[in-house]
Amino acid sequence: MVSVMAPAAQRVEFDLEQQSVRELNEFLHGDLSGVQEVLVKNPDGAHSIAVGLNAPVRVDIGGHAGYYAAGMNKFATVVVHGNAGPGVAENMMSGRVEVTGFASGGAGASAHGGLLVIRGDAGLRCGISLKGGDIVVGGEVGSFSAFMAQAGRMVICGDAGDGLGDSLYEAVIYVRGKVRSLGADARFEPMGERDHAAVRELLAAAGLSHPASEFKRIASGRTLYHWNADAKQTY
Amino acid sequence: MCGIIGLLLKDASLRPRLGELMVPMLIGMTERGPDSSGMAVFAEAVTSDRRKLSLYCAQPGFEWRALEGSWVGEFGEAQFEVNANHCIVTTTADVATAREWIAANHPHVHVLSAGRSIDLYKDIGLPAEVAARYRFQSLTGTHLVGHTRMATESAVTTENAHPYTAGEDWCLVHNGSLANPGSLRRRLEKLGERFESDCDTEGACRYLHWRLSSGETLEQAIEHAFSDFDGFFTFLMGTRDKLALVRDPFACKPAVVAETDEYVAIASEFRSLARLPGVKHASVFEPKPAEVYSWSV
Repeated sequence: MVSVMAPAAQRVEFDLEQQSVRELNEFLHGDLSGVQEVLVKNPDGAHSIAVGLNAPVRVDIGGHAGYYAAGMNKFATVVVHGNAGPGVAENMMSGRVEVTGFASGGAGASAHGGLLVIRGDAGLRCGISLKGGDIVVGGEVGSFSAFMAQAGRMVICGDAGDGLGDSLYEAVIYVRGKVRSLGADARFEPMGERDHAAVRELLAAAGLSHPASEFKRIASGRTLYHWNADAKQTY
Repeated sequence: MCGIIGLLLKDASLRPRLGELMVPMLIGMTERGPDSSGMAVFAEAVTSDRRKLSLYCAQPGFEWRALEGSWVGEFGEAQFEVNANHCIVTTTADVATAREWIAANHPHVHVLSAGRSIDLYKDIGLPAEVAARYRFQSLTGTHLVGHTRMATESAVTTENAHPYTAGEDWCLVHNGSLANPGSLRRRLEKLGERFESDCDTEGACRYLHWRLSSGETLEQAIEHAFSDFDGFFTFLMGTRDKLALVRDPFACKPAVVAETDEYVAIASEFRSLARLPGVKHASVFEPKPAEVYSWSV
C-alpha cells in the first residue's frame, strides 16, 4: 500500500511488494522536507534501490538488495539490512552507506566521497577506481580490490584476494588479515601515526573495534606514474 | 547476459512441488534472459534397462503418434508423453542406436537429452510463456537446472537455448561467453563428439562431459577448463544425483546460493530466490571464484 503520509511525516514506509522501485526513487528525489527516515520493506533483491539521493535522509532497506543499491549517493545514509548485489554505493559522492551482510562485486566503485561500511565480506573489485571515498570492510575482500584507486582510504579487517591495489594511485589501503597477492606497483609501507589515526577514525565510524596496530599499510610505489621504456611491458 | 537457476530438494516431501517452487525462480530471471529459456529436471531414475529421451520438433502439428508407431515397430514397446512440441520417450532401445535412427528417419526431430533421470525442455519466448507452454508448474522431481537466455554469441533458436546435454544424465547452463568455442569444437569433433548447435556453451558442455567420461573428477575437469576456456562463465551443472556450480577466476558473472534444511537454491541473483519458503532464514552466500561447489540429493 502507498503509505506516503502528510508532508510533516517523519517516517515513511515503502513496500516493494506493492510499489515499484521507480515510485520509491521518485519519492526520494522529490521534496523530502520533514521526512527523516524512509523504510523500504520487501526489497527482495530489486535493482537500483535508493539511487541518486541528494538529501540528508536516512533510508533503511529491510532485506537483501540487488544491483547498484544506493548508487551515486549524496548526503543520505542508506542501510541495507541484508546483503547487497553488485555495485553497491558505486560513485557515491558523500553520505554513508552500510551493508549488514555481504556485498557482491564492485562495491563502492569509483566513490568520490562518503563512507561505505560492509560488515560482512566484499566480493571482487571492491573499491575499484576509488576517487576519494572511504570503505571499511568487516570481513574479507575479493581479488582485484582497489584496482587503480586514485584517492580515498580502504580498511579491510579480514583477508584480501589476489592483485590487491593493482596500479594504485594515491588511495591508501589498510589490511588486517593476509593478502594473497599485491597487484602491480602496490607495496607494503610502514604504518605512521597518521595511518594509525586514520584506521582508528574509520573503525570508530564503522562501529568496529580492532587495534590499529594490527593493520598494515599498502600504497603505490609510484613506479607506473611515468612511462618506462626499459620495462618492456613487464611489470 | 543470462540467468541461471538451480534447485535441489533435500526434503523428500517437497519433491511433488518442485515445479511450483521453481517457476517464480525462473520468472525472476526474465530481465536477464527474455529471449528463450529451458529446464532440465531430474526425477527418480527409470529401471536400468530403460532410458528416457527428451525429443523436440519445431514443425507445427508434427505427428508424434506416427513417430510412436514406427518407433514401436523398430524398438518395441515404449511410452510417448507429448508436451506441446516436446515429447518424452521411455524406451528399452539403446540410446546411440535410437539417436542414429532418429537422425536417419526423422531429421526434424532433435534429441535434447538422454538418460535414466533427466527430462529436458527448452524453447524461445519469455520465461513465463515457456513455463506455461510446458506446464513447468506441475513438474516433480529431486533437482533441476534452469536457464533464461539473452543471446550474445549465436541466434535465438531452440537449439541454441540452454540447458545443453552430453552423454546421459548430464547437463550444463552458462552465464557468460567463451571466445574460443571454435577451437574447442574442432578439438572435440576430432574425438568423435557431434555438435547440434552453434552456441559457445555446447562446447563447454561437451568438453566437461568428455573429461568426466575419461575418468576425471569434476574438480579435475574444471581445473583443465580454466586453462582451455578463453572467456568468462558461471556454469551450473546437473547429474543424476548432483548439482555443481563454478564461477571463472574473474567472477564477472554473478551467483548466489541459499541453503536451508529443506533445499539448496542457486540463482544469478537473489531476486529469483526471494519467493522460496523460509528463504529469510536461509544461509545465503556468494560462491567464490574458481571454486567448485556441489550438492547431492
